Amino acid sequence: MDHKLPPYATTGQRIWFYGFRVLCGLIFFFLMAPILTIIPLSFNAEDFFTFTPGMLAFEPEAYSLKHYVDFFTNPDWQQALRNSVLIAPMATLLAVSLGTLAAIGLSQSHVPFKGTIMAIMISPMIVPLIISAAGMYFFYSRVGLQGTYWGVVLAHAALGIPFVIITVTATLVGFDRSLTRAAASLGANPVTTFFRIQMPLILPGVISGGLFAFITSFDEVVVVIFVGSAGQQTLPWQMFTGLREQISPTILAVATILVVISILLLSVVEILRRRSERLRGMSPG
Amino acid sequence: MQDAFVAFDRVQKSYDGETLVVKDLNLHIGKGEFLTMLGPSGSGKTTCLMMLAGFETATHGEITLDGKPINNIPPHKRGIGMVFQNYALFPHMTVAENLAFPLEVRKIGKSEREEKVLRALDMVQMGDFGGRRPAQLSGGQQQRIALARALVFEPELVLMDEPLGALDKQLRETMQFEITNLAHRLGITVVYVTHDQTEALTMSDRVAVFDDGRIQQLAAPDTLYEEPQNSFVAQFIGENNTLSGRVTRIDGDICEVTLDDGEVIDAVPVNVSAVGDRTLVSIRPERVEMNKDRLAPDAHTLKAEVAEFIYMGDIYRTRLRVAGRDDFIVKTRNAPDQRRLKPGEQIEIGWRPQDCRALDA
Repeated sequence: MDHKLPPYATTGQRIWFYGFRVLCGLIFFFLMAPILTIIPLSFNAEDFFTFTPGMLAFEPEAYSLKHYVDFFTNPDWQQALRNSVLIAPMATLLAVSLGTLAAIGLSQSHVPFKGTIMAIMISPMIVPLIISAAGMYFFYSRVGLQGTYWGVVLAHAALGIPFVIITVTATLVGFDRSLTRAAASLGANPVTTFFRIQMPLILPGVISGGLFAFITSFDEVVVVIFVGSAGQQTLPWQMFTGLREQISPTILAVATILVVISILLLSVVEILRRRSERLRGMSPG
Repeated sequence: MQDAFVAFDRVQKSYDGETLVVKDLNLHIGKGEFLTMLGPSGSGKTTCLMMLAGFETATHGEITLDGKPINNIPPHKRGIGMVFQNYALFPHMTVAENLAFPLEVRKIGKSEREEKVLRALDMVQMGDFGGRRPAQLSGGQQQRIALARALVFEPELVLMDEPLGALDKQLRETMQFEITNLAHRLGITVVYVTHDQTEALTMSDRVAVFDDGRIQQLAAPDTLYEEPQNSFVAQFIGENNTLSGRVTRIDGDICEVTLDDGEVIDAVPVNVSAVGDRTLVSIRPERVEMNKDRLAPDAHTLKAEVAEFIYMGDIYRTRLRVAGRDDFIVKTRNAPDQRRLKPGEQIEIGWRPQDCRALDA
C-alpha cells in the first residue's frame, strides 16, 4: 500500500498521519515485546530470569543451551511433552470431524433453529474458560471421565469445535452448490460427492480450523487442570507447576519451542488461506 | 403420444404449500426430440427442469422417463446428463479429470475411460485441453467442457439450464449451432431451458412457452411465431404490434374487429368466441404492407402517421401512429424500390386478414 500524504493536507491531518504510525508501532511493541524477550532469555547460561551483564555484552560464554538440554532430558518435562502430543492430535481429530459435519449441516437451508444451534456450538469459545472447566469437572466426574485420557481429549475437542465450525462455515459460504448437483447428475452418490467434490474444496477451511483446534489443545491449561489428573499433565500444566514450585528458566526454553511451533502452524494456515482464495477464484460465476 | 420418452402428467409444484409455481403441467417429449422450455423468469420452467433432474420433487403428479416413474429415484441414479448455467466444472480437477468423473463413479476401467474422455473432448473440438484446469479456460471453452462432461457417459436425455446465458452474442450463436448439431448427430433427447426467444426458435424441434406456471403454447418454432394461440405468446415471441378493439362480426374463420377509435379491420379469430368480446389483435411488423398496390382491392386499410424512421442497414424500422397508439412498428426490407419515409408523412397501411390474429384481451 503506497500511502502518501497529499499536498493539500492540513496541519491536523499531518499530525494524525505521523501520530497514527507511532501508535501502530507502540501497539506492535506491546504485543510482541513479551514474546520476543523470552527468546534470548531462554539461552541464559545462569538460572536467572533476567539478562546478565555478560548477555548484554554479547559474551559467548553467557549463552548456553542448557535449559533446552534440561527440557529434553528431564523425565517430568518429557512425560508432559508425551501427554501433550497424545492429547492434542486426538482432540483435533475429533474437533475436525464433528465441527466439519456440524458446519455442513448448518449450511443446509432447511435446518430449523440454525442460529440457536450455532450459538450453542460455539459457546465454549465465548463462555469464560474457568466456567466451562468447572462444569466439565462436575459432569465428567459423574460419568467417570474425570482424570482420564479420553476425558481430557473430549474436553479439548469441545473447545476446538467452535474454531472448526467457524472456518468451515466461512469456506462453505463461497461453495457453489451447483457443483454437488453436477456431481449427482453425473452419477455420484452423496458420499462420493462429499469426499471427491465438497471435501477437497473446503479442505483449506477444515485444515485451518484443525490447526486452531490443535493450538487450543496444545496451549490449554485451565480445563486440563480440572478435568485431567497427574497422568494427563500436559506441557502448559507442567509450565504452570514449574512456575509455582521450582523457578527454572527451562520454562523459557519450552516457551520458545512453543512459540516456534505456533509460528510454523500459523504460517501453514496462511499458506492454506491463500490456496483457498486461489481455488475460489477458479470456480466460475 | 403413446411412446413419450419423457412425460409430465398433471405435475404440480409448490415450495411453500400455498402458491403453485407449476400448475398442472402435462408435457410429453418424444425420443430424440429437442424441446425448449421458454419463458420469463419465475414462469416455472427451471422448476420443471429441476424436477426432471431430481433436484426438486413434484408436489403432485408423476414424471416418467422411458415409461418408468422417476419420482422416487434420486438424481444420481437417473442417468440424465445436465449442463448448468455456470458450467459447474469441478475447479480442483483438470478437464480430463472432470470428464472422467462420471465414468469413474460408474466403475469403468481406466483404458476405456481414457478413450471415452478423448472422444468426448474431440467431439467438442477441445482435444488438446485435457490437462488444463477450468480456470485456465475461457467462458466458451468451459461451456464446451461442461457439454462434453454431460455427454461423456452417453446419457439418452440431456438437460440444459440456460447454458449459453453467460456468453457473448457471437459465441452464443456458434454454440447454438454446435449444440443442435451434436444433439441430432448423437440422437439424444434434449430439454433446454432459456429465456432467450431467438435461441428457442433457432434450436428447437418444439418450444413450450411457459408463463405463470403453465404451458401457454407448445408448438414448432414456425407455428409458434406465425400462429400464436394467445396474447402472451404473441407478445413474448418476436416483435408484435397490438391494437385493442371489440369483435363486431364473426364469419367462420374471419372476423371483423372495430378498433377503439372506430376503424374496422379483418382478423382471424383465435381465442375470441362471441361478438362483443374485447380483443387484442396482433400483427407482426414484417407483415404490415405500406404499398396499397400489393393489397387486395377490398382489403381494409388504416390511416397512419409516420412518427420515426430508423435505418438499420438490412431493414428499415418505421414507427407509426395508428388508431390512437404511437408504438406501431413496421419493418421493411432495404430493397431498391423502398422509400425512406419521413416523420409526419400520412400513409395508409394494410395487411392480409390471415396475418392479423384476434387474441384474448
